[in-house]
Amino acid sequence: MIFITVGDMDPFDRMIKTIDLWLAEHPTSEKVIAQIGAGIYQPKHCDFVPFLTPNEFQKTFEQARVVISHAGTGTIITALVMSKPIVVFPKRASLGEQRNDHQLAVVRHFQRSKSIVFAETEVELSRVLDRVFNPDGNENFAVNDVASWPVDESLIQFVEGFVS
Amino acid sequence: MTGPLDKPNETRMSQIQSSHNPPKQRSRRKVLAISSRGGHWVQLLRLRPAFGKVDVTFVTTKAEYKSMVEGARFRVVCEATRKQKLRMIWLLGQIFWILLAERPTAIVTTGAAPGYLAIRLGKLFGVKTLWLDSIGNAEELSLSGRLAAKHADCTLTQWSHLASPGVVDFRGAVV
Repeated sequence: MIFITVGDMDPFDRMIKTIDLWLAEHPTSEKVIAQIGAGIYQPKHCDFVPFLTPNEFQKTFEQARVVISHAGTGTIITALVMSKPIVVFPKRASLGEQRNDHQLAVVRHFQRSKSIVFAETEVELSRVLDRVFNPDGNENFAVNDVASWPVDESLIQFVEGFVS
Repeated sequence: MTGPLDKPNETRMSQIQSSHNPPKQRSRRKVLAISSRGGHWVQLLRLRPAFGKVDVTFVTTKAEYKSMVEGARFRVVCEATRKQKLRMIWLLGQIFWILLAERPTAIVTTGAAPGYLAIRLGKLFGVKTLWLDSIGNAEELSLSGRLAAKHADCTLTQWSHLASPGVVDFRGAVV
């Protein structure tokens, strides 16, 4: 199963549409679920849902072979914690999808993780989808050596000291 | 995302200490951990190990998140962007009420609007306030973070290159 998510904040029709158009040209037997938020574009070639409860989100995330997401910190952190391969497609300030291009900066920070695949444009996303759905291409997304990303102990100690 | 669960303190410390302190004094520290939904919330939850020795109340804008902090107190406030003035006022009122009801000794937030308002109101109540700017802000502090930095007792960035001594500190990141 492939899980597509725009997260709990703003919709991301450009990503949903790009994937839907790719699926139209490359029918797959694999289950694809898209969480589209308040998006207006409704995909025709996969299942979709506006929002999921935290439990449903967690379960779908766990079951997914690969997650495709906007470059939101919540989804990326969840993917890292679960060692889940994730494709991230950042929102663009120039297209009115964000106030600034902080998602590009987030992507640069997390790029050293081998479990994160970064697609900057629609064309790149389509190419990544070729790899995601290619039955022989799964190795590209295998996460055998994912670095653990614990919260920094120094931060916990500081906050603990602050609140005590 | 799963931090150690808060274990309720079985011993009634307040009773033990009440003979030494004025009755109003609280023995156990109370923390209000507040953020908007989405990434801010996920980052706030990463701090949960830091709340092991205090009573923590989580506040956010999505009721369904209650299931993510089972065992802790939980409250919901409305969502407001900076353009929605009326909602912002309503949110302010909700946070004011929560501060009255909870009487926290410290406020910890990862943003955005609810955290900023909690810090402003918290100062009026004499509460210690901590702003942890989202890891999403890698090139500059968020707008709400820059505003909060003027009022918070402590403002942290999760990027060492954004720290400026005495104004914004770096103590580590949630990932």
